[in-house]
Amino acid sequence: MAEIALTSNWPLLSRMRSAAGTGIVRRPLLATGLLLAPPLAWFFIVYLGSLVALLAQSFFTLDELSGQIVREFSLDTFRTLLGAASNYDIVLRTVAMAASVTLACAVIAFPVALFMARHAAGHVKALFYLGVMLPMWASYLVKVYAWRQILAKEGVLTWLLDGIGLSSLIDTVLTVPVVGGPSLTSSYIGMFLVFTYLWLPFMILPIQAALERVPTSLDQASADLGATPWQTFRHVTLPLALPGVVAGSIFTFSLTLGDYIVPGVIGAPGYFLGMMVYQLQGTAGNIPLAAAFSTVPVLIMAIYLSLAKRMGAFDAL
Amino acid sequence: MPTSSMARKKPEWRNSNSVQGNTVSNAIEFQGLCRSFGATRAVDNVDLAIREGEFFSMLGPSGSGKTTCLRLVAGFEYPDAGQILIHGKRGDLLPPYRRDVNTVFQDYALFPHMNVRENVAYGLMVKGVEKGKRHREADTMLELVKLAGYGDRKPAQLSGGQRQRVALGRALINKPRILLLDEPLGALDQKLREQMQVELRALQKQLGITFVFVTHDQAEAMSMSDRVAVFNQGRIEQLATPHEIYYSPKTSFVAGFVGAANILAGDAALAITGQGVQCLIRPEMIKVVPSGVGLPVGWRKVSGVLVDSRFHGASSQLSVLVGDVSLTVEVAGYDFPTRGAQVNIAWAPNALVLLDGSASHG
Repeated sequence: MAEIALTSNWPLLSRMRSAAGTGIVRRPLLATGLLLAPPLAWFFIVYLGSLVALLAQSFFTLDELSGQIVREFSLDTFRTLLGAASNYDIVLRTVAMAASVTLACAVIAFPVALFMARHAAGHVKALFYLGVMLPMWASYLVKVYAWRQILAKEGVLTWLLDGIGLSSLIDTVLTVPVVGGPSLTSSYIGMFLVFTYLWLPFMILPIQAALERVPTSLDQASADLGATPWQTFRHVTLPLALPGVVAGSIFTFSLTLGDYIVPGVIGAPGYFLGMMVYQLQGTAGNIPLAAAFSTVPVLIMAIYLSLAKRMGAFDAL
Repeated sequence: MPTSSMARKKPEWRNSNSVQGNTVSNAIEFQGLCRSFGATRAVDNVDLAIREGEFFSMLGPSGSGKTTCLRLVAGFEYPDAGQILIHGKRGDLLPPYRRDVNTVFQDYALFPHMNVRENVAYGLMVKGVEKGKRHREADTMLELVKLAGYGDRKPAQLSGGQRQRVALGRALINKPRILLLDEPLGALDQKLREQMQVELRALQKQLGITFVFVTHDQAEAMSMSDRVAVFNQGRIEQLATPHEIYYSPKTSFVAGFVGAANILAGDAALAITGQGVQCLIRPEMIKVVPSGVGLPVGWRKVSGVLVDSRFHGASSQLSVLVGDVSLTVEVAGYDFPTRGAQVNIAWAPNALVLLDGSASHG
């Protein structure tokens, strides 16, 4: 009754009330747009904008004599990049390392993630979460240098293996061609160990999240239909967790592709992509070539993801 | 079409499973079965025999232990004590994939990354049946469950009722002698549910295999089953045919859980029925009688006040206050006096069922 009286006596007031009260509600697009604008601006300008700027830089060239960047479109920088055989070695070396680190992380992470998602509960689960996250809270640099101390010739690992009478183990491993070397801290094996250590949590968490979303009734249905535990894993659990594995591998793969600290502190003398970019933009001051180099990991990831998609890694999404 | 394909299939199915001639044997036997979760005794010393080829329902409220019993048969749970015989052989020690039973899950549990045909063919695939053959068999099965032509779809593209049929076909592809159904119709709307009840019943008769059907819906259990076990707090309150369960419930729990019931006890029972023990009168057994009309010998008549009425279409439910006890009366159509009126109600002697008070839980 009160509402009717108000409307008839003060039509203007009533119209104003409805405009203020329902205007934004009746225009959901406007409300959504207003809410989304700031984060979208941040995302497009800061993330994608800088990537575009990077890509643009790679089409400029460096004037050898003056050391100035020539801001004109040219493919010369890419010609330089693709012209040197040593650059292919760098890409190959980095991709091989990233691939083996990713594979090792997946193999180690899957059982841990499976245990966390399916069997751990309550305190045990909390402990596992803490265990996976805790190493990520420590400084990355500290961990890398700590690993150098562990892997060094007179380091903790040597001391430990000496103690249990396995001192020849390291020497044997180091004699393996290509990946071996004079010591663990100056071999690809050492670098592989450190990378695998560093990125493992980034693999465990997505796999665990993916497995968490797979109802256990699917495993039971599979067993019910006569599948052995291995068949259930092969045909149900693994395919459904694959998006998680791919998500994790994007982290481990791209983090390894771009890293320039670990190859500098631990590892064989050969260059890696990240180091190359670091040097070109720093000491050499060749920003265009550094930009061209940094498009390589982007390209590799794009190829990797399209392959994963073609192999059906995202079918279960 | 589906019927004709099934008619061809039926003898082969029977033959591959036939056991000892024509003697009726037990498909499943529970002997002193117990299963606890923490302090809760989900299944409490249950003995049970399910006959081969019958449609058997496990009925009860949630938490009564019926689903746990089913999962014990399927092998998703293992008993703490007691044993399960499946076709006379010890079953509870085998993992699920070695048991000759298949399950239709409550949430259907269809594999989301496989299409309908691959889902149905899954049981054959893990047995190593070659792709062309298993896909042909899956297509035949899809005809049986009336989903011919849906083989290439993903489960996500199907409606609830269609997923239900896929789950059914997938569970039947291995030609099990026992099919376990865990509240399979729970997620369907009323109309589809009734349709599936009829179809499931027909399918069971057609295949001649044992169906063990878990449900909390008493109407569903009664309309489909040969026999029903009513579960309460981990125990079986009564195991009988739907008819017996309804008309001769042994305990007040069964009487109250299956159908609408007037359960009377103590002084109220004595005052209204003339019996001093706990007893039951079904609402539809009570008649509203005009005053001054003679009743057959033995009928009991009481008078009360009509306090409420609810119209359900084919019938109406009346609440009649007799003394301080409210009785529910079901009458046809809307043929009843106005609210607040004085009414006489009466029932035949056989309408009164005496309950075993000692075994009652509620």
